[in-house]
Amino acid sequence: MAERILEVDDVTLRFGGLTALDSVSLHIEEGEILGLIGPNGAGKTTCFNVITGVYTPTMGEVRFRGSSLVGLKKHQITRKGIARTFQNIRLFRSMTALENVLVGADANHSSGVLTALFRSPKHRREEADGHERGMDLLEFMGLAGRADELASNLSYGDQRRLEIARAMATQPALLCLDEPAAGFNPQEKAELMALIRRVRDRGYTVLLIEHDMRLVMGVTDRIVVLEFGKKIAEGTPADIRDNPAVIAAYLGVDEDAS
Amino acid sequence: MTAPLTARDRLALQWVGMVERWNSLPRASRLLIVLLLALLFYALPLLRPPILTTQQTDFGGIMFSSAALALVAVGLNIVIGYAGLLDLGYIGFYLVGAYTTGVLTSEHWHWPFFLVLPVAIAVTMLSGVLLGAPTLRVRGDYLAIVTLGFGEIIRLIVTNVEWLGAARGIKDIPHPPTIGPDPKPPFGEGGLFTIPHLSWNGLIPSLDENRGTRFLVFGAADAIPYYWLILTVLILVLVADKLVKNSRVGRAWEATREDEDAAELMGVPTFRFKLLAFAMGAAVGGLSGALFASSQGGYINPLSFPLLLSILFVAAVIVGGAGNRWGAVLGGVLVAYLPERFREFADFRLLVFGLALMILPVYRPQGLLPPARTIRARVAEREIELLEGGEDTGPTDDGLDGPEGPDGFGRTNSTGKVG
Repeated sequence: MAERILEVDDVTLRFGGLTALDSVSLHIEEGEILGLIGPNGAGKTTCFNVITGVYTPTMGEVRFRGSSLVGLKKHQITRKGIARTFQNIRLFRSMTALENVLVGADANHSSGVLTALFRSPKHRREEADGHERGMDLLEFMGLAGRADELASNLSYGDQRRLEIARAMATQPALLCLDEPAAGFNPQEKAELMALIRRVRDRGYTVLLIEHDMRLVMGVTDRIVVLEFGKKIAEGTPADIRDNPAVIAAYLGVDEDAS
Repeated sequence: MTAPLTARDRLALQWVGMVERWNSLPRASRLLIVLLLALLFYALPLLRPPILTTQQTDFGGIMFSSAALALVAVGLNIVIGYAGLLDLGYIGFYLVGAYTTGVLTSEHWHWPFFLVLPVAIAVTMLSGVLLGAPTLRVRGDYLAIVTLGFGEIIRLIVTNVEWLGAARGIKDIPHPPTIGPDPKPPFGEGGLFTIPHLSWNGLIPSLDENRGTRFLVFGAADAIPYYWLILTVLILVLVADKLVKNSRVGRAWEATREDEDAAELMGVPTFRFKLLAFAMGAAVGGLSGALFASSQGGYINPLSFPLLLSILFVAAVIVGGAGNRWGAVLGGVLVAYLPERFREFADFRLLVFGLALMILPVYRPQGLLPPARTIRARVAEREIELLEGGEDTGPTDDGLDGPEGPDGFGRTNSTGKVG
């Protein structure tokens, strides 16, 4: 088996009396597409937030390539190689598409006021690198023609794609997509799935939250299922499809809450 | 384009066209035009063009205070416009710059003016970091209140600390050194030569025998050399502003302003960049304060730094267009110039000025001169609207598309509404 790029080890997260995540363990292997599914409120996005440093777990460990992420700041985690998109689009609305991607690319840069004031070779190199990488990514997402438009003026689908481009610009090893197909029609969803496969082929490992079962089944290598903050199943799409606990969670059974 | 555009749309289109034409000019001709424009601005208080020139107050002095407020607005624009931090206590930094100059050149030491200038900037930057480090963890409204408190605390400190001159203030702050012989009234005016002013009879200019500016004597008698000094500083600050804005730093500021959490998750150390914005803004504020201290007949006291002035600084940035350096310049100039230009209306001028400040945000919330890309986006959105034919308040003829109604440019993009 391939190397484990991320390990979530027995993570519990409590908000006061509410247990949002209850001893969740999962891992992601280098180069795979892992699906994270579950009904509404199962803790999928919370899990994302723990991985990317928005929440600090009450108990447990998150390790990225062997080193702990707990206690690191959000921007430090990004710089280590984990990038994400948001369930509700959170672009920098009054910046252009290209500028949005440049902000992502800047995660790998370090020029500051002085290098900018004197247009030092480092500043020029980083600007050129950012623009090249940014335009390349916009091209990849089919947004090259919209580079100079304000993010807020892009169509809904383009905004979703721009979020992915922005996250990819930080050059992550692990790309976390939080319901990237939300609000898409079947045609757009199919295109997005093809896109996610191409993203993986570029060498990214992908963690994908998705609601649409069919879509997840088609694109992921492995799936982890959460319900009420607990992991209830894990396995290949075929395993998950036949798993009674998963079917119960999604369709409801008599003695469970309906 | 067959659909009818309103007058404002056409104006914006023209503006965008002008900006594009400007950008397509060869570098050399752009440089030449900029130089000529700069020269015109340097010469403005000497030319004393009719209409523009204030009659009841010293025109050179008004030009000086306009440029000074423009400088302050450019500094505050870094904090408010770029980084999105509502700083209501900017006057505090202005005061720190002025008092550092006062203490070092007059009250306790006698350092030369141009040596004190960088020190004043450094001290103000430090005060910006000291204020920012604990307070920039709070956001939005809370930050506004904290900074408001800072401006007031700083003023109260200088009012009460004897070492800083307390309520009597600091006097005899020296002017910048004269170029050429020192003035020794009544025997010599100092400086190298006299540059005559123009006087106008209708539209016919002639050299004014009685008025001239000595090159280069800084003093209370003639504000024009000070205007030249502050204009030079303003140009340098604008260039620096442009260089920093078009870099990782400027993008990080804007990303933080747009969505702090998202910026953080895209690898922007937002706290550090907010602190940097505070420090840069403070530096420009301190620089303006230092120049102010020396220009006011060499006398400052705590009353020179009322909280109201801080609010005026914010108004200048907002009126001009937060986020655009040229908007800040325009805002600063207007806020300083208009009340003086219309001095003949006596007390009414402030009423009108206040009304203008109220009306403007309603009809043009993004300021007079918002960032160019915002205008471009507005025009694009408008074109789509018209193409879709989804316009319900559309003008039926050219006579109706006046500036009334908040449907045109008065709407911000943040509503994200199309059609």
